[in-house]
Amino acid sequence: MSNARNLSAALRRARVPRPRIHLRPALPYTPLTTAVRSFSVSSTVWADKQIKYTSDAYPNVKRDPNFGELTAKDVAYFKELLGSESAVIDGVTADATDDIEPFNSDWMRKYRGHTKLVLKPGSTEEVSKVLKYCNEKKLAVVPQGGNTGLVGGSVPVFDEIVINTSRMNKIRSFDTASGVLVADAGVILEVADQYLAKRDHLFPLDLGAKGSCHIGGNVSTNAGGLRLLRYGSLHGTVLGLEAVLPDGTIVNSLSTLRKNNTGYDLKQLFIGSEGTIGLVTAVSIICPPRPKAVNVAYFGLESFEQVQQAYLQAKGQLSEILSAFELMDGRSQGLVKESTGNKYPLEGEYPFYCLIETSGSNAEHDMAKLETFLENVMGEGIVADGVLAQDETQFQALWRWREGITEALSHLGGTYKYDVSIPLSDLYLLVEDCKARLTEMGFVGDDESFPVRAVVGYGHMGDSNLHLNVSVRQYNKEVEKAIEPWVYEWIQKRQGSISAEHGLGIAKRDFIGYSQNDTMVKLMKQLKGLYDPNGIMNPYKCI
Amino acid sequence: MASKLRILVPVKRVIDYAIKPRINKAQTGVETAGVKHSLNPFDELSIEEAVRLRENHKNKKSPMEVENILALSAGGPKAPDVLRTAMAMGADRAFHIDVPESADGGPEPLTIAKMLRGVVEKENINLVLLGKQAIDGDQGQTGQMLAGLLGWPQATQASKVEIKDEAGTVEVTHEVDGGVETLRAKLPLVITTDLRLNEPRYASLPNIMKAKKKPLEKKTLADFGVEDTRRLKTLKVTEPPARKGGGKVEDVDGLIGKLKELGAL
Repeated sequence: MSNARNLSAALRRARVPRPRIHLRPALPYTPLTTAVRSFSVSSTVWADKQIKYTSDAYPNVKRDPNFGELTAKDVAYFKELLGSESAVIDGVTADATDDIEPFNSDWMRKYRGHTKLVLKPGSTEEVSKVLKYCNEKKLAVVPQGGNTGLVGGSVPVFDEIVINTSRMNKIRSFDTASGVLVADAGVILEVADQYLAKRDHLFPLDLGAKGSCHIGGNVSTNAGGLRLLRYGSLHGTVLGLEAVLPDGTIVNSLSTLRKNNTGYDLKQLFIGSEGTIGLVTAVSIICPPRPKAVNVAYFGLESFEQVQQAYLQAKGQLSEILSAFELMDGRSQGLVKESTGNKYPLEGEYPFYCLIETSGSNAEHDMAKLETFLENVMGEGIVADGVLAQDETQFQALWRWREGITEALSHLGGTYKYDVSIPLSDLYLLVEDCKARLTEMGFVGDDESFPVRAVVGYGHMGDSNLHLNVSVRQYNKEVEKAIEPWVYEWIQKRQGSISAEHGLGIAKRDFIGYSQNDTMVKLMKQLKGLYDPNGIMNPYKCI
Repeated sequence: MASKLRILVPVKRVIDYAIKPRINKAQTGVETAGVKHSLNPFDELSIEEAVRLRENHKNKKSPMEVENILALSAGGPKAPDVLRTAMAMGADRAFHIDVPESADGGPEPLTIAKMLRGVVEKENINLVLLGKQAIDGDQGQTGQMLAGLLGWPQATQASKVEIKDEAGTVEVTHEVDGGVETLRAKLPLVITTDLRLNEPRYASLPNIMKAKKKPLEKKTLADFGVEDTRRLKTLKVTEPPARKGGGKVEDVDGLIGKLKELGAL
């Protein structure tokens, strides 16, 4: 139902006679515009405090001496090749520090590179020529989409050239009958979804950063998001890809077929490989019909056991219409309250909250199922209290309590983010153990003298995916050492994944061994060596 | 004067305000089939206010007890949905006045006002809280007409409602050009609500369950001696002319070129 998240909400709002501007406090009906929901790249540039260079934060990462150094000649070549002035941000022959800064750093203010050049090619051919040149000159590159990543994968570490996909932003085709969308890598996720909304379809991926992130980046990082439970991972929904290898070869497998068992399924190599093998330039993806009826309920629960029971009940009774089952702990909701100033949806406070979304084709059928489920969980005392969105505004407002957590945390300072997959029964134990450990070590406290503000957990319960977030007042090496590698060992013991959906980037590349064995890592390195022998594609990251 | 409040809250089921309405093919009104409907947002405020008046008395912040909150809606077979929402928020009972579903927003304000007068008289109501308008027809007349028919005082577009004493003195604040105006009147009274009045609550699950057991009576216009006569005829509904989108330029040179082309430079 995200068509309502766009401008139409504002348009409809405008039909209600406007009160005087100067008397306008927070209105209950102010629609949540995309600007509120998304992390815009430009907002990451804060003037007050400089972000630490990644190269200083990771002193063991050294610049690969095999890589070439950018010269004015290289820049001239790129300017000639890409033509238009807006396609090259040149910090080599001129001072462009301010213009380049947003491409050098990430929105969490955690990673910062030293690049002097940003290229924005406008077509696959241009990407091919750029990469071919870089490969010949051994110039390292970082593919970058909306730069909303969480592990520092989309920003340079040293002087790697940023290849930004924002100018490749055309939707190439959409077939209503099959639901297959073919679009350039630089199309913003929300734009793609709005395009599909007009055609009664839905992008099978939805995440908090949808207003900024590019679908090429989503595919390269195999983003999971809020509705994976219902529509599956990108490994299944992406039907084909167009990508460019470092030597300039254009890999065209933009198939729109659901079935194609002809040899190796090579497109899978580009999904989730974080731009280390090639640069994705276009995506062909199958999109489901847009659900006609969407409902959201928000629960308060007394224990994690009850959360698990509620999930089991939801799976059983809502099965085919269940489209999201999200877990938020009490502390995370407290932080959202603090940062937004909104009133809790429920009267009392609970240690756990869940958000359930159903999507179906018939409002009455869905409501009947949902009501049976609600009566059941309330009747059996699994859920302590809850609310059901009665209209679109409440629907958006309830989702805000889940989607707003990341933003609330970023308002409060730094965050150590761990995106892990653990068997369901142990899911929340990690947060409790981590909190106990950090408290014992004397890091956690309410005033400024303690580095850690809060340890919170939330995530995609339906996918056994937990986000463990340690909110800190400043990034602090001692805190980091207390968490890592302890957290990875904890996960390894339970055969979990140290990165369920965020990827490895620079943040977790050294920890791959906790979730992949030596043989797997060796095979990955062989593939990397085969397609990127000079190692210019997104170096120092992933593997 | 009675020492307890008996409140009537008329509500309407309209296209959800967050959905962009589209005109139907016959150009007689907006397309309603398959479109999400909800409680009219202004009516949500009236219910919330009625429930708060009750809670305020319990918390000793208001001198008058609320005896009963009656929600009422005139509409088609789905109107009970919004009545259940109203009861989940705190209304005690509901009347569903059965009128056929229509693309033009249902009976005219005067018809509704006459029907409400009948309800007020039969149910011995002493306070009517209405949304200032329904967002489908945007007529904004029903409250005023009802007050006129009843010969009651009215306070429109309320941003604050306060019961001052047990005798039923009510102070209503509303916004006017350049400031606020405070009105005082004695019950019985008609109040219409504006956006700033309050922040409506969510319908909680236990209350949604309870609302199912609250009485919902089906009635007709004829029960209140009213006929659905129309004075207005909708000839045609059309969309406003589409706004022409702006163009995008690649860079500064492109912008200057464009400006020169248009003769601005």
